[in-house]
Amino acid sequence: MAGLRRIRWDALSLKLVFGVLAAIALLFLVLPTAVVLLTSLTSSQSLRFPPPGLSLRWYVALLDADQMQRAGLNSLIVAFWTTLLSAVCGTAAALAIARSRSPLMRAADLLFMSPLLLPALSFGFAALIFINRLGLSPSIPILVLGHAIVCVPFVLRTTLASLSQLDASLLEASESLGADRLTTFRRITLPLIGPGIGAGAFLAFMASFDNVPVSLFLADERTEMLPIHLWQQIETNLDVRTAAASGAIVIATLILMLLAERFAGLTRRMH
Amino acid sequence: MEADSRLVLPLAALFTAFFVAPLVVLLLLSLHGDIAMQGWTLGNYVKFFSDPFSYSILLDTLLLGVKATLVCLLFGYPVAWLCARAGARWQSVLVFLVILPILTSVVVRTFSWIVILGRQGLLNQVVMGLGLGNEPLRLLYTEVGVVMVLAQVQMPLMVLPILTVLSKLDPNLGDASRVLGAGEWRTFFRITLPLSLPGIIAGCILTYAASITAFVTQTLIGGARLIYMPLNIYQQAVGANNWPFAAALSIIFMITVMIVVGVLGAIGRRSEIHGRT
Repeated sequence: MAGLRRIRWDALSLKLVFGVLAAIALLFLVLPTAVVLLTSLTSSQSLRFPPPGLSLRWYVALLDADQMQRAGLNSLIVAFWTTLLSAVCGTAAALAIARSRSPLMRAADLLFMSPLLLPALSFGFAALIFINRLGLSPSIPILVLGHAIVCVPFVLRTTLASLSQLDASLLEASESLGADRLTTFRRITLPLIGPGIGAGAFLAFMASFDNVPVSLFLADERTEMLPIHLWQQIETNLDVRTAAASGAIVIATLILMLLAERFAGLTRRMH
Repeated sequence: MEADSRLVLPLAALFTAFFVAPLVVLLLLSLHGDIAMQGWTLGNYVKFFSDPFSYSILLDTLLLGVKATLVCLLFGYPVAWLCARAGARWQSVLVFLVILPILTSVVVRTFSWIVILGRQGLLNQVVMGLGLGNEPLRLLYTEVGVVMVLAQVQMPLMVLPILTVLSKLDPNLGDASRVLGAGEWRTFFRITLPLSLPGIIAGCILTYAASITAFVTQTLIGGARLIYMPLNIYQQAVGANNWPFAAALSIIFMITVMIVVGVLGAIGRRSEIHGRT
């Protein structure tokens, strides 16, 4: 009996320790999102938590925040073009890398993935020195190029993962039935890897919209980006409109995540 | 070149023109005394390594990464373990919660942490309310606060690689261990943990690299007095307008990150080989 009890306690204690640690972690993972949403709905002038009452007044106040809106629009434009550029170049490169075993392609893969690990701030600074030496000044196209470098790895990774699951016999079947390479790509490969590209494009969009370290060096007053603008707001005058803008970003993120989950199986592709 | 291989060219061109070339210019500038780039010098590097303040910032940054990564592992492993055991539906929900922070704007997330960690913030209200402390905890603008927030922000990078390995693990191994009389803890430490080592190392590489380079979190939570490498580079580049020195700092920081990632990666490959045999 004592032995059995020891075994039960042994199993229970492991579940308890892991369960408690996981519960704390999950609480902390969700907490900031919940706090932002609640704070943005406050009826008061201050950022006290919990809010004394709920209202939408700060969201209404956003309608007059011209500078914030301009920054938001800039961020959306840059994120859109960055996503398009990353998706097209990233998918093309993934097709080449997935079908090749040459060491040159391995090296290219390593190079394209390296912005994920290297300090983005160093790259942003390098890009600033570079355009400065070329005699160029900050502009939207340069921001797009800079963002694309740090966003391509996301597309590359998810697309390579879905290509590795692609059944080669489908491609052979299509070709033996007389389809040319382009038709095979359009009718077989693309529909099968589409969700992978989609998930990667979604991640690239979010990464661009959210980017600080590259924008910090490549944006100026005319091309102010939303995260930089919000940051300056947080550092100088922490007002509740910042909370409302944050709340709006969180809600948009949640909606986009649910759509990405529904159409591209986002959570399955993340591990 | 085959038709397929040529598809790599657009991205290769983009990376050559806008990634490799800027980094080469960065390296060249770091070897000069001024922006005009006349006369070669190692002065910027000598300045860094002969100034204790400069390299203590680098050491602080590397140490910060170790702390954040360990906290991330302590809490992230159980989350991955829970995800791996959950049914398909619950697994989706849990992974959704895990990736939520990494997709939420980093500035927004950090802003929320300021509301939580502040003197009269949520956490202090809970601590005081429960009678756990008489004075508000100082978390904002301290390293403890930075480590806490970094651990939360980078959690997905730790959980997802571990989850990948755990969900591929053969459940028969655990059963066999239990049938042979090993308890749950023994089975965990002797079977599950060693076999999930490749995932742990992959997670640690990602978390570590992200933590030491997390400029926004370090700066907003740490404040102006806690200086880590990214802020140091930014201050030298924009504040002091000393581009050559900032370039040298960038190169030193990048090489350090590459060495750490390389060493951890080598350990990871070894653990994978051991795992297979």
